[in-house]
Amino acid sequence: MALTITVNGRSHDIMAEAETPLLYVLRNDLKLKGARFGCGAGMCGACTVIVDGKAVQSCDVPVSAVAGKTITTIEGLGTAERPHPLQRAFIAEQAAQCGYCASGIIMTVKALLDANPGPSDAQIREALSRNLCRCGTHVRILRAINRAIKEMAA
Amino acid sequence: MITTASALRKLPGSLETNRRLDRWLRINADGTVTAFPGKVEIGQGILTVLRQVVAEELDIELRRVRLAPADTSYSPNEGMTSGSRSVQDSAIALRYAAAEVRDLLLQRAAAKLGVSLEQLSVADGTISARGGGSATYWDLETSDLLARDATAEIVPKPAELHTLIGMSVPRHDIPAKICGAPSYVQDIDLPRMLHGRVVRPPSRGARLATVDESEVRAMSGVVSVVRDGNFIGVVAEREEQAIRAQRRLERIAGWEERPTLPANSDPRYLLQMTSEDEVISEKCEKTASGRAKTRLEAEYSRPHIAHASLGPSCALALFQDGKYTVWTQSQGIFPLRGDLAKVLGIAEDNIVVTHSEGAGCYGHNGADDVALDAALLARAVPGRPVRVQWMREDEFAWEPYGSAMVVKMSAALDADGRITSWSHDVWSHGHSTRPGAKGGANLLAAWHLAAPVTAPRPGNPPLPGGGSHRNAIPLYDFPNQRVTNHLVREAPLRTSALRSLGAHVNVFAIESFMDELAVAAAADPVEFRLRHLKDARARAVIEAVAAKAAWKPGERGDGARGRGIGFARYKNLGCYVAVIVEVFAGNEVEVKRAWAAVDAGEVMNPDGLMNQIEGGVVQTASWTLKERINFDRERVTTRTWEEYPILTFPQAPAVEVTLIDRRDQPPLGAGEGAQGPTAAAIGNAIYNALGVRLRDMPFTRDRIIGALA
Repeated sequence: MALTITVNGRSHDIMAEAETPLLYVLRNDLKLKGARFGCGAGMCGACTVIVDGKAVQSCDVPVSAVAGKTITTIEGLGTAERPHPLQRAFIAEQAAQCGYCASGIIMTVKALLDANPGPSDAQIREALSRNLCRCGTHVRILRAINRAIKEMAA
Repeated sequence: MITTASALRKLPGSLETNRRLDRWLRINADGTVTAFPGKVEIGQGILTVLRQVVAEELDIELRRVRLAPADTSYSPNEGMTSGSRSVQDSAIALRYAAAEVRDLLLQRAAAKLGVSLEQLSVADGTISARGGGSATYWDLETSDLLARDATAEIVPKPAELHTLIGMSVPRHDIPAKICGAPSYVQDIDLPRMLHGRVVRPPSRGARLATVDESEVRAMSGVVSVVRDGNFIGVVAEREEQAIRAQRRLERIAGWEERPTLPANSDPRYLLQMTSEDEVISEKCEKTASGRAKTRLEAEYSRPHIAHASLGPSCALALFQDGKYTVWTQSQGIFPLRGDLAKVLGIAEDNIVVTHSEGAGCYGHNGADDVALDAALLARAVPGRPVRVQWMREDEFAWEPYGSAMVVKMSAALDADGRITSWSHDVWSHGHSTRPGAKGGANLLAAWHLAAPVTAPRPGNPPLPGGGSHRNAIPLYDFPNQRVTNHLVREAPLRTSALRSLGAHVNVFAIESFMDELAVAAAADPVEFRLRHLKDARARAVIEAVAAKAAWKPGERGDGARGRGIGFARYKNLGCYVAVIVEVFAGNEVEVKRAWAAVDAGEVMNPDGLMNQIEGGVVQTASWTLKERINFDRERVTTRTWEEYPILTFPQAPAVEVTLIDRRDQPPLGAGEGAQGPTAAAIGNAIYNALGVRLRDMPFTRDRIIGALA
């Protein structure tokens, strides 16, 4: 069926079945590869995007459910040349090993900071409780988030 | 090509097996240099280190160094990217190659400018003569210059002249990854690409009895259903269509299953199986044994655990005009090509294998297997590339696991609290079933075909690195010791290399037992280790971590909090790592803080090394506290993250790493050095906190309650 979705401020007409997970539309139709497949069941957070201000797992949301809503992906935040403050902080802290989890984590934190610009360490960790990182980069990621919070407040 | 007597000399690192300079480096007219490493990025930051090495030796800026992705059509064959060997193998090869290339360029410039070598200096690729006149790397004629074997006779820069090596150069690949740019094999998107999925048998011994493919062939978007023996795959236009078809096939396929797995996931089933036993270290001093007063025994274990990459394995393949092109995240593109050729029944020359980064693998996961899946499916749709990504359930059920292991220790102490004898017996399946072995193919789908290519005999990498016996020989100085490896070659579940191989469990056992002996000797665990250790660098990391953590001799936990130490020299020849952790045992055991001290010889990139050690500590905390693959008599029952919980952000410890600078010493592999010491430090900290000794990983809540009861 034909659907229209709005991603990173642009409207796209999509031909896909209604129950197609948003993730595959983003990756395969719109060629936005930043949201990544990790589990297909909303348990690991690698595919996290923001829909109407809320962090959602795009592997677990049918595309038909987000038609007419505002979708932001990691590509909508910034680029390597013009990174968002969160991305800049991750780069400054070298907060990645393989990096596969990074875009989902950044989108989860972006949604958190949009709602609460000054979260506590416990609130940050709790917000990320469903974002897995297998390389064990947690220490640096938390450091990067705290750096971004400081910079964004300044 | 110039061949000289030097071709017979042993050359440093991977230059030994890939001697031509132009296999490693190319000078480009556009002001860049291309390096061709055979090692691959797996999230450990190696490619950044290799760029540093090339820029350093050639005296050029980092931005001028390009790295060609590893590809069987042109890269040097450096075997596997594994075992923390990339710096020794690849960086050392490139260091000598680049030093020699610089020298050749200078010689050519000297001839062109009519001056002697001594009058030349280089800045960012521009060669200047003292008396005037200059040339650049980029405008010198170099097409023939590198078409020769390396001699390794040009001595690389001494450490005191380094301006890039030893610096925390930021990783080249991180900005793109942080900004969501396509970075992984999972992100490759080729024109007219199709999507494939494979329906795996429900269990190891299952045989496909019935399947009616016709209803799947009729599904929307399905292009092909491939059935060959017990292998069934599907190819579709869209990814979600391939997944839907895979799920439908799973529902309608009828399998005959039989029990092939041990009665439960307790690793002690290993002790009931036939093993090949080998004494790998023996020391005998009778006078010391005569002093033995107290004798201790203990048994330690770990169940099967998973690599559990966050991104399930992925590959793409194109079959066209009888040839295959394969895009893979494999750690060894040449061994993979060899095994693919055996299964596909064609010559290696007809397969090009190109590396593309994947999500972190931590060893041998499904990366190679999925490449064969993609090739088998691509064969059914010539001319169109097929992308296959395993589902999460495929990865948990079918990746080769880190083997279950059991270690039995015994030792004796004399009246002065010194260890007089030590014995270590380790039971494990093999830790290497990677592609590239003789006598078969180590690729999952190969075993399921109607005409299967069978699996080679599983085994271990040989000592001194070893596999199940990795780090089984203690670094301590004991007068009597006996270390025996019991290899249980027949494996009910496939096992292979998982970061640190047997070292995680052997060091856990050695270092837990050292703590138990220290208690028996009424000694402080730090002092007790030093008492038995002559190696100055080993002593230094233990002393450094104790100082950093402000360890107090004889410190005791308070019934909830406690601290413990663990130490090892990885493989007994790599980096030295000592770790202290602080645990809090509430409802569950949590590692709150960790301190690590590391001596990795010459450090190429300190921040990169710290990143590896921090990650190693956190990942090991996860393995040790939480992880276990479960199965019943037929099936692996662990299929999702719910059934395989790993450490999460709320549980992540703070980690502080101290590097001991040894720039005068050769670099030592460090990517896997934290695993063993961290596991032991956690067990020791739990004892320190609660007074109970946990010897069976994982240290779950149930285990703690059981031990306290």
